[in-house]
Amino acid sequence: MTALKRRRGAALIASGAAAMMLLAACGGDSSSETTAEETAAETAAETAAETAAEGDGAVAAGCEAYAAYAGSEGTSVSIFTSILPPEQQKFEEAWAEFESCTGIDIVYEGSDQFEAQLPTRIAGGNAPDIAFIPQPGLLAKLVEGGGPVPAPESVVANVDSYWNPAWKSYGTVGDTFYAAPLGSNMKSFVWYSPKKFAEWGFEVPTTWEDMFAISDAMVDAGVKPWCGGIESGGATGWAATDWLEQIMLRMYGGETYDKWVSNELKFNSPEVTAAMDTLASWMKNPDYVNGGFGNVQTIATTAFQDAGGPILAGECGMLQQASFYGNFWVNFNPDATVAPDGDAYAFYLPAMNDDVAQPVVGGGEFVAAFANRPEVAAVQTFLASPEFATAKVKLGTWVSANSGVPLDAYVPGSIDQLSAQYLTDLSGTFRFDASDLMPAAVGAGAEWTEMTAWFAEDKSTKDVLDAIQAAWPAS
Amino acid sequence: MNEVLSGAAKLSSSFLAIIVFFALILVVFFIGSRFRGRLQSPAALVIFLGPAVILLLIGLVVPAIRTTAGSFQNAAGTEFIGAANYLWIFENKVPVLVNTLLWLVIAPLASTALGLTLALLLDRMRRESVAKSLIFMPMAISFVGAGIIWGLIYEYRDPSKAQVGLLSQLAMWVGIDDPPNWILWSPFNNYLLMAIMIWIQVGFAMVVLSAAIKAIPGDVVEAAELDGATGWKLFSRVTIPMIRATLIVVLVTIMIAVLKIFDIVRVMTNGNFGTQVVANEMYAQAFVQFDVGRGSALAVVLFVAVVPLIIYNVVQLRKERSIR
Repeated sequence: MTALKRRRGAALIASGAAAMMLLAACGGDSSSETTAEETAAETAAETAAETAAEGDGAVAAGCEAYAAYAGSEGTSVSIFTSILPPEQQKFEEAWAEFESCTGIDIVYEGSDQFEAQLPTRIAGGNAPDIAFIPQPGLLAKLVEGGGPVPAPESVVANVDSYWNPAWKSYGTVGDTFYAAPLGSNMKSFVWYSPKKFAEWGFEVPTTWEDMFAISDAMVDAGVKPWCGGIESGGATGWAATDWLEQIMLRMYGGETYDKWVSNELKFNSPEVTAAMDTLASWMKNPDYVNGGFGNVQTIATTAFQDAGGPILAGECGMLQQASFYGNFWVNFNPDATVAPDGDAYAFYLPAMNDDVAQPVVGGGEFVAAFANRPEVAAVQTFLASPEFATAKVKLGTWVSANSGVPLDAYVPGSIDQLSAQYLTDLSGTFRFDASDLMPAAVGAGAEWTEMTAWFAEDKSTKDVLDAIQAAWPAS
Repeated sequence: MNEVLSGAAKLSSSFLAIIVFFALILVVFFIGSRFRGRLQSPAALVIFLGPAVILLLIGLVVPAIRTTAGSFQNAAGTEFIGAANYLWIFENKVPVLVNTLLWLVIAPLASTALGLTLALLLDRMRRESVAKSLIFMPMAISFVGAGIIWGLIYEYRDPSKAQVGLLSQLAMWVGIDDPPNWILWSPFNNYLLMAIMIWIQVGFAMVVLSAAIKAIPGDVVEAAELDGATGWKLFSRVTIPMIRATLIVVLVTIMIAVLKIFDIVRVMTNGNFGTQVVANEMYAQAFVQFDVGRGSALAVVLFVAVVPLIIYNVVQLRKERSIR
């Protein structure tokens, strides 16, 4: 009898523990639902209060600029994004005036699981009103599934007048324009040390030939002109794909670049081979690399975060990296300054071909809407306006390719200002990071591993390009 | 403030969940205790086995079936494409299979052999527990942490510059002026990665084997010694046969861990430079390149390779139990 009791007790505990795990898993969901309900209740209360407060719709003092967005008092628009605090606060600050003047309440929700959650929410009929989509490929996938609604005329007008036409094409799927660009970043930079350049007596190059004349002069002076690193954990190789993109755009221009992205131009075509040869004479040139680290092969094992370190020490002359690299210099030396006369700064990676006007490779996120209510359109239009972008830029560390933003809204001499100068050029040749646009099997797969093998194992250019082309999914 | 509030809300809601759950269990058991006579034993079976079977179904059986089905489908999982994913593995990924096989043979054997040697050397040594604790310690480090630590050891710098990596510096001290870039040094880089696994697993092997050695009855050893067995003979004729079952369990346990090896390779090389293994390739295919079909096929290959080892391990454990 006692034995039986004891056994029962043990079973109770065991099954209890097992089911507790299940419950713990479900617990998270139920609590987040509660918060959602609370938010909804809160919003409803605010809405009621605001509706009561609003009068006959006359524009309040100081709100004249928002007259075009009026007519949606007491409504609410939800935004879902992968952008988390502290950036979240800056967004909220930038549209605070818009909210108080128009009476539209913008509910911001950031998640680090954005890309996984968004499709689930759309499928579950719980789509946000607006989502900030980090890359065009995801937008195309969402449109395929039937989520986003086409952008209203007012957004189209803003994008047409303020952005380089290429940006519009990245917010377009098929023939329909869905999403206006929001923030952007600039990848066509070369980082260098202004102090060392002054010491060595070099000027910032403005042509491709100049850049290599300086490189050769550095070789003569006993300095390795270039350093690079493509190690990046699970994404090792991406930095090398960026180099190839820079050259592809510079050699052949936007149209050929687009064909390359869509595989109309094969990866193992003579054009790409020629671009790889140019890259080989640059980043695989044993006279040029790898300053501060060793031979060419070390590019494959050097973390991209570490690659710029030798520049401060004068062991390496230049590094091709994106605008975000400006945040890394303090890691090498806490006192390092990023300024036109500081320890580190960037210059625009020069054009190679006169037929291609100011080529720029970059990236950015896009504003897609999943509802066509008037207040959603108002928020979309505002987010695509120079007024919003200027307000957001003034809060710092953010770049918009919106050409309506005056350059003096940026911190003078900052990398953000320099980025904006190139990104807002309406006649320049802007193109999105190609590997982000290609199918994942190539852009996040074969191109990474094969480019890494190209540097690490000196795998032949032909074998590398054949292997990448072979990985292109048949469709 | 909000975070504190939501934290408190989470805590109270999880408490509530636990209480509700226990209430539910009590109700089920109460109902169970009402059954009498013919229904009593089937009811007990359902109540006791039910939760375990349901959890196994949700957590193991259903995913296994779905993965197997997925391995015959295309990248998006929308079309049936037969054995194409498996053909792709055997056409393109043979080096990956070979690497995994190398890992499977070398790492467990080396860990077990080293562990056994250490167990014997440390047996009855003064301060045995201190030495053992030190050797066991890497076991407490995650594979990712170990990868980062060893990444620093293998770090390469130009021989003319100050060295960062311990291994290069050691090599230069013993007169190798131009040490290779270790991580790129194919195919030896595979063994350098295995060294990390061995470093972690030796402690486990040593502790388990040491316990087995200590469990050998004193009179057996005494009898053997009276018969004139010493040193190597005592070890190979008495110790080894007495701990054979434990040795095999240790070996197979490490083998299973090695088959799933992922973290070390991911952190150190991400499978570049000819060091790719099946588990990392599976992750890359399924979650980086979003080819669910190929990812599933690799998972099935891994699963099929692990199953015989698990069966063997269970059989051995059962045998050992029936002897005692």
